[in-house]
Amino acid sequence: MTHTDAATVALARDGNSEAFRALVEHHSRAVYRLAHRMTGNPSDAEDVVQETFLRAYKQLGRFESRANFGTWLHRIAVNCSIDLIRARPRREASHDVADLEVMNAPPVTSKAVEASPERLMLSAEVQERITSAMTSLSQMERAAFVLRHFEGHSIEEISRTLGLKVNAAKHSIFRAVKKMRVALEPFVPAE
Amino acid sequence: MHVPEDDLVLHYYGELASQDEGRVSAHIAECRDCHTAYRRLQQMLMSVDDKALGVPELPDGFERIVWARLEPSLERGRGGWLSRLFSSPSRLGWVTAAVVLVVSAFFAGRLSRQMPSTPGTPSTAVTATAANTAANQNQVRERILLIDLGEHLDRSQRVLVELVTAEGAAADFAGERNRAEQLVWANRLYRETAAATGDSSVVDLLDQLERVLVEVAASSPDSSERELADVRRRIESGSLLFKVRVVSSDLQERRKAAMRQTGQRSSL
Repeated sequence: MTHTDAATVALARDGNSEAFRALVEHHSRAVYRLAHRMTGNPSDAEDVVQETFLRAYKQLGRFESRANFGTWLHRIAVNCSIDLIRARPRREASHDVADLEVMNAPPVTSKAVEASPERLMLSAEVQERITSAMTSLSQMERAAFVLRHFEGHSIEEISRTLGLKVNAAKHSIFRAVKKMRVALEPFVPAE
Repeated sequence: MHVPEDDLVLHYYGELASQDEGRVSAHIAECRDCHTAYRRLQQMLMSVDDKALGVPELPDGFERIVWARLEPSLERGRGGWLSRLFSSPSRLGWVTAAVVLVVSAFFAGRLSRQMPSTPGTPSTAVTATAANTAANQNQVRERILLIDLGEHLDRSQRVLVELVTAEGAAADFAGERNRAEQLVWANRLYRETAAATGDSSVVDLLDQLERVLVEVAASSPDSSERELADVRRRIESGSLLFKVRVVSSDLQERRKAAMRQTGQRSSL
């Protein structure tokens, strides 16, 4: 925790709302990014941001000043995202890898493209496929994958956070990667 | 034997057990097929980033919007008063001093004069009072909502009218911005009270009003004409002003009816 953050947290714990405002302003973008990755939805991400700071405010008294405020807040944001994901009505059925084969139609071109407009088109198509593949993940697969891939959490940490057995967390990540691979295979240039 | 795909994934994320890590690394270095499979996996996973995920670039002033939405909830959201008092050593000191003063005053009073013994209050009277209080609670809540909410809607209406009709740059609306900031907090309280009394039409209106108030409160003096025009458009397209006027006059009628009812009851 930076010296400034530590001093601001101390003031906020004393009930100084301007200090808490400074913390909100300093960390809200990072919390939003995490929330959006986890929920995949801008309005859910906004709700998670609000809930995260509200919980942080309520629990400031329990925050240990030696700890890193950003890390502490990050953990709260992950929990808020998980709570929101769990509260969502369960998807009717998560897509199977086989479903994604449909997406596996040949892209505009399967070889590396040099010309810049075509390259842009290709990257837009890649993005579209990644978005579709992410949408096809079950909520737990998405959460596990995001925590591993974007947030750098270990599989053991992920299993604790999501309340899964280590093997179940591992397999959620495997399934997620497999779906991504199937969706993106045609875009990866052959060696 | 080739490395299974799952192990390649674990290798990519550095999650293989240490005894397997060396073996898998060595195999990937030697086996052409596994090397190719791993390279493709690497390329694929490296392309999955925030941009690909569609995480939007946040607008300038995002932090202000977060704060404007959050601030009204904080005073009520902070843990109980006890936890607040004991969360900081300086407050704890003040609390201790205050407790010592009160206790001393109490004992000083006991020593200086003997309190006359009061006859016990009949338990039936206590029960009746409690029952009356409970019965009146809903009426009081309803009345407060009618009177205060009416005033709140009038104040909000003035801000909205000012925004919609006045001409000028965003910097000229500092007054409206401050008023909107104060109204957001009150608006949220009224919405919760209305929700508790089950008044869904008022809840919907306050919900819509809150979104506009938050936006106005969070706007900066540097907001462009276009942003201001967006807020105006939102007020107009949702017929917000019209709805505020309708609910406001409805509240006025209900207030009059409530007063007539009270008058009739007291004359009985």
